[in-house]
Amino acid sequence: MPASEGALGKEEAVVRAEPRGGLAVAVWATLKRDLLLLLRRRSEVLNPLVFFAIVITLFPIGISPDPALLAAIAPGLLWVAALLAALLSLDSLFRADYDDGSLEQLLLTPQPLAMLALAKVAVHWLLTGLPLALMAPVLGIMLALPAGSYLVLAVSLALGSASLSLIGAIGAALTVGLSRGGVLLSLLVLPLYIPVLIFGAGAVQAAIFGDSVLAHLAILGALLALALIFAPLAIAASLRISING
Amino acid sequence: MSLRLQARNLACERDDRWLFRGLDLDIRAGEIVRVEGPNGSGKTTLLKILSGQLADYEGELFWNEQPMRKSRDAFLANLLYLGHAPGVKAALTPLENLAWYQALAGHAPSEKTRMSALEELGLVGFEDVPAAQLSAGQQRRVALARLSLTPRPLWVLDEPFTAIDRDGVAALERRLVEHARRGGCVLVTTHHELTPCAELRRIRLGGGGANAGI
Repeated sequence: MPASEGALGKEEAVVRAEPRGGLAVAVWATLKRDLLLLLRRRSEVLNPLVFFAIVITLFPIGISPDPALLAAIAPGLLWVAALLAALLSLDSLFRADYDDGSLEQLLLTPQPLAMLALAKVAVHWLLTGLPLALMAPVLGIMLALPAGSYLVLAVSLALGSASLSLIGAIGAALTVGLSRGGVLLSLLVLPLYIPVLIFGAGAVQAAIFGDSVLAHLAILGALLALALIFAPLAIAASLRISING
Repeated sequence: MSLRLQARNLACERDDRWLFRGLDLDIRAGEIVRVEGPNGSGKTTLLKILSGQLADYEGELFWNEQPMRKSRDAFLANLLYLGHAPGVKAALTPLENLAWYQALAGHAPSEKTRMSALEELGLVGFEDVPAAQLSAGQQRRVALARLSLTPRPLWVLDEPFTAIDRDGVAALERRLVEHARRGGCVLVTTHHELTPCAELRRIRLGGGGANAGI
């Protein structure tokens, strides 16, 4: 065998005993890459926001422009519409990577897959959940949302949509191998969204009635903490299952 | 430590059909192993199993005498896998694409290394063009630039010659032989006829359970 070729020196292939570190480098690069990709395909970022705005516009037209009636249902409406808008954009979370082969490369890195998946979910929240939360108060005006609940609405959505992104990403990872996984994704994920919806909309209701909102926000925070711990592991496992199929 | 990838009694079944059965492999440093067989004979599946992507197979895999389950991290740190899909993002430029792979592999970001990797593949002048505007062969070259960008001893290449022009094929073939002579190891599927050399071995798939073996 080519033992004599060892003279080639520095470029000689060396077998590594242990994987190198550099998790922070890999996570940062994944964040940067996904942000860059989404900023180059702006329609994917704008679509959920436009969807959110249009759905909210439909309610005063379809039900009644009566401010008293609208104000009563506004917290629930805003939350449900934001939740559906976030769901809409989930299907593409891993799909492009699956189609062009980068997903199998992601699975073959010596870095922990859960952390890299978490970076992808963070980008999704940053460009979907956060803009939805910032936009919601503006749409709240359209639904005659009582003053004093706008800040709570934005905060509850910002907290809650992070959980929604994390939970939804599990579904997106499970359905990425299916050619038409969109509907199945909704069926899988929507029931899991219920607790977040209850406490999110509850926080806004509490703000309207002048009750303390801290309890609701604290539970939303607790849900997010739980999702942050368990969802990345579930996403990584789901991705492995999808690639296996 | 030497490089050794072994498979014992490997078998894989797809849709009630045995792709291969009782396959024993022993791949060592300094070898180019070419997996041959007609379309649908399970070449890609075998490569995916050997690179640790598929779990639904029978038999055992060993990396450096250790069961694969235990040494997966060490194995992945030594592996460079190029799949059928090039894994190149159409919206990103070749430099940006390689930057991600460089970081994933745990290397410090270095534009100089990336440029020299692209230069080797003849992509100078295209480094800032979105990959969507490159030809299929050029996109494949971007993926192949990873061979020198992130040096790894074990290369698993699925149809690396697809869409590459004649000069590119010859250069890549030289690159494979060079890698094997330096103590690396190449596992490759291709329909292109490789020039016979001392390092080259063949595995023939096809015919269900009756494997011609090595």
